[in-house]
Amino acid sequence: MNEALTLTAVQAAARIRAGALDPAELWEGYRARAAADELNAYTWVAPAGEPPDADRAAPLAGIPLAVKDLFCTEGVPSQAGSRILEDYRPPYTATAVERLRHAGAPLLGKTNQDEFAMGSSTENSAFGPTLNPWDRGRVPGGSSGGSAAAVAAGSAPWAIGTDTGGSIRQPAALCGIVGLKPTYGAVSRYGMIAFASSLDQAGPFTRDVRDAALLLGAMAGKDPCDSTSVGLPEPVRLPERTDLQGVRIGVPDELSGEGIEPGVLAAFEATLDIARRLGAAVERCRLPHAPHALSAYYLIAPAECSSNLARYDGVRYGARAADGVHDLLSMYTETREQHFGAEVKRRIMLGTYALSSGYYDAYYGRAQQVRTMILRDFAAAFADFDFIATPASPNVAFELGSKLDDPLAMYLNDFCAVPMSLAGIPALSLPNGLSDGLPTGFQLAGPALSENALLEAAHALEQAIGFDAAPWRRAA
Amino acid sequence: MLDRDQVLHVARLARLELSEDEVGRMSAELSAVLEHIERIAELGTLEGVAPTAQVVAVENALRADEPRPSLPVEVALQSAPDPDRGGFRVPSPGPAPA
Repeated sequence: MNEALTLTAVQAAARIRAGALDPAELWEGYRARAAADELNAYTWVAPAGEPPDADRAAPLAGIPLAVKDLFCTEGVPSQAGSRILEDYRPPYTATAVERLRHAGAPLLGKTNQDEFAMGSSTENSAFGPTLNPWDRGRVPGGSSGGSAAAVAAGSAPWAIGTDTGGSIRQPAALCGIVGLKPTYGAVSRYGMIAFASSLDQAGPFTRDVRDAALLLGAMAGKDPCDSTSVGLPEPVRLPERTDLQGVRIGVPDELSGEGIEPGVLAAFEATLDIARRLGAAVERCRLPHAPHALSAYYLIAPAECSSNLARYDGVRYGARAADGVHDLLSMYTETREQHFGAEVKRRIMLGTYALSSGYYDAYYGRAQQVRTMILRDFAAAFADFDFIATPASPNVAFELGSKLDDPLAMYLNDFCAVPMSLAGIPALSLPNGLSDGLPTGFQLAGPALSENALLEAAHALEQAIGFDAAPWRRAA
Repeated sequence: MLDRDQVLHVARLARLELSEDEVGRMSAELSAVLEHIERIAELGTLEGVAPTAQVVAVENALRADEPRPSLPVEVALQSAPDPDRGGFRVPSPGPAPA
């Protein structure tokens, strides 16, 4: 029993700064847990030995961090869940990880994920599936399932992941923790192994909303190495708010009825009641093009992936095929055939098709126009509302293997999450209850760069919901 | 619906050498996904709607064109499958087409 491991990061940092907690003790405790992980949440854990030097005065005070495998970490395996990058050790570190290290969060481990972040269950990892700490027969969600499972299980105090079409919010929901996808551009993508560059965004997985604010504040910022990064307009504050007086919340018909499991919907409605009790005006609204967001997403993201993954050709890094190679072209095709998994091939094929001559306008071009319509829908909604609320995932954690043979069923998991991704707006998932003993997530989304207001509102909800069933609370 | 010939054509474009089994599965799976995706046709004409390629309000990101240190050659080559004399060795493209 180690009571320090039950603290949130904000609480632990305060104790460390007051001299009441030794960051080395925290490091040892979490490292031991990560090394003993039985969920396959980690693909690499920091070796035992001397704890890293910790600066007690640093903003993150030496609190260790779990990092999704696709962030490049110098000299440490960064495999993005793929055979094609097996044991790849990059020569540099991603900006987000470097910023967090500099702010005082040493690297505890790398976490499992769907291959190249393509998936909603972490079953597409070349290194085996991650198990959900609530029920080991179920998936943790994905693609950042390792980060979500590690935080939920208590083997990491917090973690980072990436969200392209829900890959932070959905696993956070399925594991009963907080997950935040920031505004596109808030966090640098430099050193993130790319999936779909106009959508990929890094963000925190945490035990509570205040921890998410602390971690986001240290991650965000403009980076000369990523020209699309803009940072955030003001420092991220630790939220304090406990009411929602004057806050207007819109609930889009298109994302809060059909297709949502009854238990998830019941938890969602209960949270809306809590929001009303806290003073919020909660009203139905419309996002007329949201039903088409999934289609647009599954054209745009695969199109970008087919281009991004062209770099895996067996030349500069990563695996190269040994068998079946008789010339340059067969070296490319055999390398890719032998080392990409089924879902990655599927997305490359879909994206290549959508971009191919004769189909471009009807698929990719049209998807980009639908993206414009979705941006307009949100702009119209945010004229009337401060936030949009939906369930974060239409269902609770499902059984391992249950959707593997049906790609479309797997894709439908993302339908509440992708509209916000296409619009590039910040959205978080807040644990808001249980359905048959499994966690549900409440998604709150705000206009671009509204992270502070979003975190304040989420904090008020979190305090009123009082969700306290997560495994990490019992892990000590 | 994506037939066998289309799957093989797209696979060639994507530099993927699919097995016979994969070609059949890909045809069925992609057809099912496309059937769902094609519902965006229901939106009717979107004439005059500009496409959105990215959502950041950044037009150009310029910087001074000044040389800066970059990765040393040996570091850039350390993960290469077949480094040779400061470069990446690859198989021959084969004989030039007649």
